[in-house]
Amino acid sequence: MQIHSTVAVLPNDNIDTDQIIPARFLKTISKEGLGDQLFFDWRYNADGSPKADFVLNTPAAKASKVLLAGDNFGCGSSREHAPWALTQYGLQAVLSTSFADIFKQNSLKNRLLPIVMPKEAHTALFAALGENPALAVTIDLPAQTLTWPGGPVVAFPIDAFAKDCLLQGVDEIGYVLKQEAAIAAFEGQRSLSLNTLI
Amino acid sequence: MPSNKPRTIIEKVWDNHIVAQREGAPAVLFIDLHLVHEVTSPQAFSGLRERGVKVRRPDLTFATVDHSTPTTPRNLPIVDQVAAAQVAQLEKNAQEFGIPYFGFQDRNQGIVHVIGPEQGLTQPGMTVVCGDSHTATHGAFGALAFGIGTSEVEMVLATQCLLQRPSKTFEVNVEGTLKPGVSAKDIILALCAKIGIGGGTGCVFEFTGSAIRSLSMEERMTVCNMSIEAGARAGLIAPDEKTYEYIKGRKFAPQGEAWDKAVAFWKTLLTDEGATYDYSVRIDADTLEPMITFGTNPGMGMAISGNVPDPAAQQDPLERESLRKALQYMNLEAGQPIAGQKIDVVFIGSCTNSRMTDLRAAASVMQGRKVNPGVRMMVVPGSQEIKRQAEAEGLDRVFREAGAEWREAGCSMCIAMNGDQLSPGQYSVSTSNRNFEGRQGKGGRTFLASPLTAAASAVTGVVTDVRSL
Ligand code: SF4
Repeated sequence: MQIHSTVAVLPNDNIDTDQIIPARFLKTISKEGLGDQLFFDWRYNADGSPKADFVLNTPAAKASKVLLAGDNFGCGSSREHAPWALTQYGLQAVLSTSFADIFKQNSLKNRLLPIVMPKEAHTALFAALGENPALAVTIDLPAQTLTWPGGPVVAFPIDAFAKDCLLQGVDEIGYVLKQEAAIAAFEGQRSLSLNTLI
Repeated sequence: MPSNKPRTIIEKVWDNHIVAQREGAPAVLFIDLHLVHEVTSPQAFSGLRERGVKVRRPDLTFATVDHSTPTTPRNLPIVDQVAAAQVAQLEKNAQEFGIPYFGFQDRNQGIVHVIGPEQGLTQPGMTVVCGDSHTATHGAFGALAFGIGTSEVEMVLATQCLLQRPSKTFEVNVEGTLKPGVSAKDIILALCAKIGIGGGTGCVFEFTGSAIRSLSMEERMTVCNMSIEAGARAGLIAPDEKTYEYIKGRKFAPQGEAWDKAVAFWKTLLTDEGATYDYSVRIDADTLEPMITFGTNPGMGMAISGNVPDPAAQQDPLERESLRKALQYMNLEAGQPIAGQKIDVVFIGSCTNSRMTDLRAAASVMQGRKVNPGVRMMVVPGSQEIKRQAEAEGLDRVFREAGAEWREAGCSMCIAMNGDQLSPGQYSVSTSNRNFEGRQGKGGRTFLASPLTAAASAVTGVVTDVRSL
C-alpha cells in the first residue's frame, strides 16, 4: 500500500472530532453522505456557501489524499463518523505528531492511516510545504516510511497487527469470530466465577 | 499472566479478561458489560445483519436512548424526524437482537453512564465498553471501562470480545482535603489543565490518595468521567467500602451468598504493595481552587481567580496559534480576569455532573436566590430515577422557584443534538465535559465548571466564584 499525494495542511493542534464532524450530523443511521459534512463549521458560511479560504474547499486540497495537522489529532468523542467523513472526502492518511487513542483505532479500521511523525520531521514538513505547497509526499506502508523530495526518510510506527490487517485485507471481526472455541471456553470457566451479571 | 510480580488494579483486571493472546497480535479481551445507545450503534447492527451474525451475549448488553432524545415532557412526541428515526431504529434493533432496552418512555431511561451504575450493572473488576468516550465513568467502581468506535461496537456485539493492546499505567495521586467550594469536578479539571488534553494518551489512570478516598461514589464518577479529556483510554478508582455500599441491593447487584463472594473477590483487585506505574502525577487537594476553562478544549483551564493567558507568552508556534484561535473564538482578551465575564446560559447536567450530589450542590446555591434575569438556566437530571428522587427531595421546586428550567433526563446541551443548544456567540457555564468549538451549539462558547460554580454564575449573570456569593 503506497500513497503518493500532495498534502492539505491544517496547522491546528488538538483538532477534535466535534470539529471533524459536528454532533448534529450523527443522527444518521448510515455511514454514507458524511464527506460533505467534514469540518462543516469551519468549511461553510452561515448561508451554507463554502468558505473560499478554508483549505478543504480549495481544488488543490480536494485532490489530496493526505492531511497534515498539528499535535494530538482526533481527540474527544469516540464517533467513528470522523474517519468515515475523512475517507469519504478522499483522504487516505493523516499526519500528526500524535493521535487520540480511539480515533487511531477507528481510523485503522477504515483504511485511514494515522501517521505519527517525530516533532522535528513534522516541523520540517510544515516548512517544506510552506515553501512549496505543491510538494507531494510518498507513504510506503510495508516499509513504514514517509518521504518527500529534499526531505529525510521518516520512519513511522504502526501496530504490526493493524498493518497486517490493512495489507492483507483481514477483517478483524472475522478474526475474532474464528476464535469461538477460546471464547466459549473462557465463558464456561467464567460462569462459575463471580464477576458476570448472570 | 499472574506471576509474583506486584500488579496494579489495572493490570489485574486486564489479566482476568484475556481470552486469547497470540504472539504479535493484540489480546482478545472478554467484555463483561456492553452499553449501547442510539447514536453509535445503528451501523454496527447493520453490520451484524450483513454478516448474518447474532448478538453473542444479549444478557451482557444493555441499550438506552439519551443523546438525541428531547428533554421536554415525555408525553410530547420527538419532533425531530431524523432523531425519532434513530431512536426507533435502536428500539427495533434491541427487539430483533433480544437486548434489554430502557426506551424513551421507560422509567429507568437516562444517560447511559448514569444508568449503568444506578441499576447495579457496573461492578468492580469488570470490563465495560460503550460506543462513547465517557465510558471511563464506570471506572469509579474499579472497572476497566473503555470508549470504543462503531466497528468495535459491532465486534463486541458479535463476539463479546475486543481486540486490545495493554495500555500504560498512570497514577494520579490526589492527597489532602478539598476546601469548601471546591469539588470533584475541580480535581479533574485541574488534571486536564496540568497534563493537557493529550497528556494521558495511551494510558489508563488510577486515581489514588486521600482526597479520592474521601469522595462519594457520585463524585468519583465525576472524576473518572473526564479521564478521556486528559487523553486517557480509561480511568479507575480501586473499590472500597463506599463502593460496596453503593452497589448493594441494586437491581443487578449480586444477592445473598453471591454478594459475599463478590465482595471477597473485589477486595483482591486492589493494587499490590510495591506495584509500579509507567507514569505518575500528583495533585495537591489542599491548595486546589475552583477551576474553570477559558478556551476550546478541556485542558485550557485555570483557577477561577486567574486571568486569561497570553498567547504571546507561548514558546511553541503551533501552541501559540491554537491559543490565539481559542481566545478569538471565545472572544476573550489575554490578561482579562475570567471571573466577571458575562454569561447567557447555565447548564447543569451531563454524565459528568447530573447526579443527586450535583443537583443538591446546585440547589444549595439556588435556595432563596433567583436566576439572573439575563440568564437561562437549564437543569437536566441524568436519569428518570434521579429526576424522581430530586423531586421527592423538593430540589425541582428550588430550581423552579429560582427561575430555572427543570427538564427530563438525557444528554441535552452537553452535545446539543436534541435541540437544547446555545445560539451563536452565547456564553454558558456548563457542568458537562467538553468546551470544543460548537459542542453546545454552533458558535456557542462554553466555560466548563462545577455545579457550585455554575449555580453561582446563574445567580449573578457573570462567571462567579461560589465563595464570593
Ligand atoms: S452527557 Fe455528554 S458526554 Fe455524557 S454520554 Fe451524553 S453526550 Fe456523551
